[in-house]
Amino acid sequence: MLLIPCPYCGERDQDEFGYGGEANVARPRDPASLDDAAWAEFVFMRTNNKGVFAERWVHAAGCRRWFNVLRDTATDRVLASYRIGEPAPAIHDDGLATPAGEPAIGSGNRPVVGDCGR
Amino acid sequence: MLFRPREAGPVDCPSDRDADPPMTTPRYSFWSLFREGLRGHGGWTPAWRDASPKRRYDAVIIGGGGHGCATAYYLAKEHGLTNVAVLEKGWLGGGNAGRNTTIVRSNYLYDASAAIYDHAMQLWKGLGRELNFNVMMSHRGVLNLAHDDGEMRQLKRRIEANRLNGVDAEWLDAKQVKDFCPPINITTDVRYPVLGGTLQRSGGVNRHDAVVWGYARAASALGVDIIQNCEVTGIDVAKGRVRGVDTTRGTIHTSKVASVAAAHTSVVAKMVDLRLPIESHPLQALVSEPVKPVLPCVVMSNAVHAYCSQSDKGELVIGAGIDPQLSYTQRGGFHVIEEEIAALLELFPSFSRMKLMRHWAGTVDVCPDASPIISKTPIEGFYVNGGWGTGGWKATPGSGHVFADLVANDAPNAVAAPYTLERFRTGKLVAEHGAAAVAH
Repeated sequence: MLLIPCPYCGERDQDEFGYGGEANVARPRDPASLDDAAWAEFVFMRTNNKGVFAERWVHAAGCRRWFNVLRDTATDRVLASYRIGEPAPAIHDDGLATPAGEPAIGSGNRPVVGDCGR
Repeated sequence: MLFRPREAGPVDCPSDRDADPPMTTPRYSFWSLFREGLRGHGGWTPAWRDASPKRRYDAVIIGGGGHGCATAYYLAKEHGLTNVAVLEKGWLGGGNAGRNTTIVRSNYLYDASAAIYDHAMQLWKGLGRELNFNVMMSHRGVLNLAHDDGEMRQLKRRIEANRLNGVDAEWLDAKQVKDFCPPINITTDVRYPVLGGTLQRSGGVNRHDAVVWGYARAASALGVDIIQNCEVTGIDVAKGRVRGVDTTRGTIHTSKVASVAAAHTSVVAKMVDLRLPIESHPLQALVSEPVKPVLPCVVMSNAVHAYCSQSDKGELVIGAGIDPQLSYTQRGGFHVIEEEIAALLELFPSFSRMKLMRHWAGTVDVCPDASPIISKTPIEGFYVNGGWGTGGWKATPGSGHVFADLVANDAPNAVAAPYTLERFRTGKLVAEHGAAAVAH
């Protein structure tokens, strides 16, 4: 279970929050001009990256406000939270060490960098 | 697009040898068991060759789970493509294949779903014999319970749809449910009373390891290389065509790459800059202490969010819904299983004092329409089989069968055709959420 830092109320149990999925999926400014492929991209396609991920949460059983969280989906470590409209803080983190100190190869233990998968 | 550079560490260089030393695959039978019983079981040989990578293959399959090994087997058996490697980053069947609750059924609402899941069901029926490996398939019946009038109407509609598609399905009222599955509580003074349910008698459970090992053994016997501890770290694409893969055990040249990477489908697709509509969530499961036979069938309930069966060892195998957040950690939250157990105990009050022995999570690759992607991609030679979400196990043989067909012929057959990646552009979704809901 995650401990989520609401930027308004502080750290609370995940049970108090609703999940909003990937953050920063911008609504098209001129919907009428979009073709089917662009709509598919907006409606369905998701980053789903393994690493630093920007996501939305709502403090449903608290202040009821939406905000963004940066979390490492490979480790579930919550790295930062910030209010809607604020820029995401830069993240530089070495990631988790491999269990036996072997070199970091493959998708499981890449260094954590704050590009949110994009 | 270029090779993603290997980050560190020595790699063993693939050689140009023709193949590993040939290994005969002896047939398992009553007599071989009897003979080995007399010899103290000293004569068993490994079920498949633990191959190391060659420099070149006709096709490379990413992912050594049930679907990946099944794809390799049908490629070799039905399409004569034996110069094939299955690359597994961990050990065989150690991902979702080893983490699911092994429920098999095919009572889906839509024609496209019924076609692929019932294709799998027909293959399950003869799989142990075909693979010469006991997959412990037990057609003990799957009950889907209804708890309100709306759900009852929906499930009855599904029964009619199933019958039109040749899928066996029948309606049981509350008393018949109780007769078929005695431990169920059908009293009406509960939050979600049992009003009835659908029964698919051909549904049931099987043994997850045995399915993966059986497919791996059969594929290996046909010449497929099963390569473990070999993670794909990059895919080489030139002029829109696949040329090879870069792995933690060296570079492999191939013109066809088939991704069957389940939760990591998006990670693999990113290697060729392909965006997919898949999201990876934790899905938790639990088993109880082993007890004498108490639960004769599989029981699923969408409304209370629980599904349960009893393993041959006697453990109750209990499934939950997905955790809401995206995660690759194979860990879920306690609040999800707390609700799950509360729901289960309302259905089965007699289980309230059982102890839970183990708890784990897999990472499931969920599509927006709760149906899989079995598709060619804009990159020539790169094929995707993923997005099975919470219900991939039951489809294992059918998925491998139609995906092998797609990879071999570079075109989907009639069963696989609805599951193209294009459907998210055209809008022709196979929206099974209503029929299968959470207990998928």
